[in-house]
Amino acid sequence: MGKLYSFKRSLWVFHASGGSCNGCDIEIIATLTPRYDAERFGIKLVGSPRHADVLLVTGAIPRDFADKLRRIYDQMSDPKAVVVVGNCGTSGGLFYDSYNLVGPIDEIIPVDVYVPGCPPRPEAIIDGVVKAWLKIEKLEKQLEGGE
Amino acid sequence: MTPNILAYAFAFPVLGIFLGLVYKGIDRRVSARLTSRIGPPIRQPFWDVGKLLLKETVVPENAISWLFNAMPLIALASSMTLLLYIPFGVLKAPLEGYGDLIVVLYLLTLQSLAMAIGGFASGSPFSSVGAQREMVLMMSYEMPLATVIVGFALIYRSFSLTTIASTPVWSIVGPIAGLGVIMLFIALLIVTPAELAKLPFDIAEAETEIAEGMLAEYSGRNLALFYLSDAVRGFAMAALEVVLFIPFTLSSIFNLNLTGASLYTVEALWFLFKVLVVYLLAVTLVRTSFARFRIEQASRIFWVYVNIIALVGLALVWMGV
Repeated sequence: MGKLYSFKRSLWVFHASGGSCNGCDIEIIATLTPRYDAERFGIKLVGSPRHADVLLVTGAIPRDFADKLRRIYDQMSDPKAVVVVGNCGTSGGLFYDSYNLVGPIDEIIPVDVYVPGCPPRPEAIIDGVVKAWLKIEKLEKQLEGGE
Repeated sequence: MTPNILAYAFAFPVLGIFLGLVYKGIDRRVSARLTSRIGPPIRQPFWDVGKLLLKETVVPENAISWLFNAMPLIALASSMTLLLYIPFGVLKAPLEGYGDLIVVLYLLTLQSLAMAIGGFASGSPFSSVGAQREMVLMMSYEMPLATVIVGFALIYRSFSLTTIASTPVWSIVGPIAGLGVIMLFIALLIVTPAELAKLPFDIAEAETEIAEGMLAEYSGRNLALFYLSDAVRGFAMAALEVVLFIPFTLSSIFNLNLTGASLYTVEALWFLFKVLVVYLLAVTLVRTSFARFRIEQASRIFWVYVNIIALVGLALVWMGV
């Protein structure tokens, strides 16, 4: 059991919706329903970015929202991970050449996990959040290597 | 204070944190089962606290930092102290003789007050709104809570919890006063979720409307302290209800002749079971089945309906005694 074991068992997620069409957002809520029950793994949606370990971003990002997203990212306390849900945030998706958008999310904030799909299945979203463990595991190795 | 009391005073808070977190875990598990989910393991709150302690603690730039950092400590300290006043089954309360029900009432208030002050000190509009709602809610539920305590003072002619715990309330009241005590119990059960900031009265921490309200700016260690104080207070509040209303010991029901260690073990387990039942009924079942009230609805519920129940109960107790 590593130093950051409790991290893997308790990931709190904050959900920021950019220019999303609400499709991905509904699928995110679906992960909390009895059928998928993400709380089994300690995954919980929280209402404030200060509490969150994982930032879920959905949708293509319009110009107005870009610096707000940056602020949300800055407000989260370390260590943190970012998961992008849906095609729009990953690559621009349907709206890739829109003049209103500032491009994929990884040009605004550092992204750790991409969950493609339009919208992705709830299983894929849970898998994406769980993959944020990989980042924490990397951190764990750094911690152990440093001592 | 004898060394014995000091030993209790150090052991109780550790035990309180452990039990509080276990009860929180059971609460989450049962709540999940009630909505036909599997739910997190019982150990989940321990992992949550462990993780929060690992995280960075952020103090916002426009917060009053000493108030902001002091309030989680005061909240945890007040819930721990609250636990020291509660007789644990057949065990006496460690701080017995140093305070009574009035102190318990103040300690219950102090924790909510600490959260509200912490919210005001955060310098965030969400926290301020949350803190204001918490103050309004506090003003609403304090009246029925105080009525319950006055009712007990009327019956026992004393505010001492030890006196109350030593003789079950049901054995010294007549039929009319007994009806009054039942009404006081109902009032206290309705106050419980508001006191513990649980659904349907978690208006001050509404995560979907005001970004967790008072706790919006708290992170890392400070949030962990609030989490712990919430867990300890949940346990203490249920334990207080057991001491006031369900003080029957197992040996008095079944006429067991237990002595020494076996008596303490059996009675402690029985006490924990009673606390669990009250906790599940008053917190878990209610928070799973109700949606959040608006603040003015909650205020009306406490000032009008719960107050009527509590005052009629008090009047019945007064007539019966």
